[in-house]
Amino acid sequence: MSEFFDVFLRSVFIENLALAYFLGMCTFLAVSKQVKTTLGLGVAVIVVETLSVPINNLIYNHLLRQGALDWAGLAELDFAFLGLLTQIAVIAAMIQLLEIILDRFFPALYETLGIFLPLLTVNCAILGASLFMVQRDYGFVESVAYGLGAGVGWALAIIALAGLREKMRYSDIPDGLQGLGITFVTTGLLSLAFMGISGIIW
Amino acid sequence: MALNRSLTAPLIDKNPITLHVLGICSALAITNSLMSSLVMSVALTIVLIFSNMAISLVRHHLPSSVRLIVQITIIASAVTVIDQFLKAYMPDAARTLSVYVALIVTNCIVLGRAEACAMSNDVKTSILDALGNGFGYSLVLIVVATIRELLGAGTLLGYQLFELAQNGGWFQENQLFLLAPSAFFIIGFLIWLIRTFKTEQNEQPDFRPMALPTGEKRP
Repeated sequence: MSEFFDVFLRSVFIENLALAYFLGMCTFLAVSKQVKTTLGLGVAVIVVETLSVPINNLIYNHLLRQGALDWAGLAELDFAFLGLLTQIAVIAAMIQLLEIILDRFFPALYETLGIFLPLLTVNCAILGASLFMVQRDYGFVESVAYGLGAGVGWALAIIALAGLREKMRYSDIPDGLQGLGITFVTTGLLSLAFMGISGIIW
Repeated sequence: MALNRSLTAPLIDKNPITLHVLGICSALAITNSLMSSLVMSVALTIVLIFSNMAISLVRHHLPSSVRLIVQITIIASAVTVIDQFLKAYMPDAARTLSVYVALIVTNCIVLGRAEACAMSNDVKTSILDALGNGFGYSLVLIVVATIRELLGAGTLLGYQLFELAQNGGWFQENQLFLLAPSAFFIIGFLIWLIRTFKTEQNEQPDFRPMALPTGEKRP
């Protein structure tokens, strides 16, 4: 159990996808004007990450990797090169499915998350988490922890940035730095702050 | 003339990174060394050219309801080829770039250009547009990587240009430049620099303080 929390806390604070690995930056910078919107987006990312990383973990470990097809007498087959294609397809299909289910059974939630879900197909934070999972050779339990942690960490970062940007709306910013420029600088400071946590070891 | 425009406009005027905020992830992540930035630039430009060309070729046969899936599959195939090639022939570069080569699939420049250009233009324009955007992306990457590697380690492409203080030289390196936050600051200020000269790129603020009557100066 302790390794569950280890992976979880590590992925939320130290290996934060947005601030340490720069994943999902396009959405991160474009949709962080209001705290309210980012809350919806954050929840959507957490849900999709928590589902997609374990599913990709199962597919990779039981179908694609070398020796995974041992039970069928095909031990020497290595489909690892198909990993990328499968992962993006799984993510796209899963998001489509999630959209249909939410629309049918949880219309209120669908209203909040609806516009963000299709966007997440091409969000590198989602695909990145699956790729890191493969690279670090996580088991199933760890992959659940990692998916959840990666989502929570990303959501935390974008909500923090949106809070800062709401406060800064009344600041007198030089013309050229207005908008995109100042957002980059703010994110830099936020990332600097998160680096302060990285010395902590559990 | 129009063809030249689609090649040169993305360099500064319509740069995919600094104006359209596309493809930021890799631009920030791998720019701590010039070598990996160069490899990344070449990889992205090749993928971009291939995907723009392929999508432009099939654009008349694509029903719009499934076009995203088809586009992503084309892009992912191109990326898989590049990824395997790097792993086979440049294992060091592949290790430094880690997952970021595979993440070209979700790089918004590739999908953005496929949607905006390749779906509505002929093959020749699409390829030129891909080249232009690839160069625009590479330009930003190379500028940022040069600053970061030179100030962070005193090297360029691995060669020691500035003699480090710890080896008896004069240059005290600032390792913050090799870490994540500096990339944000450098791109932020790069955007400021570009917009100082290209004022038409400036964004309107959400809120302006009310003007004081009779032209008084604000204290």
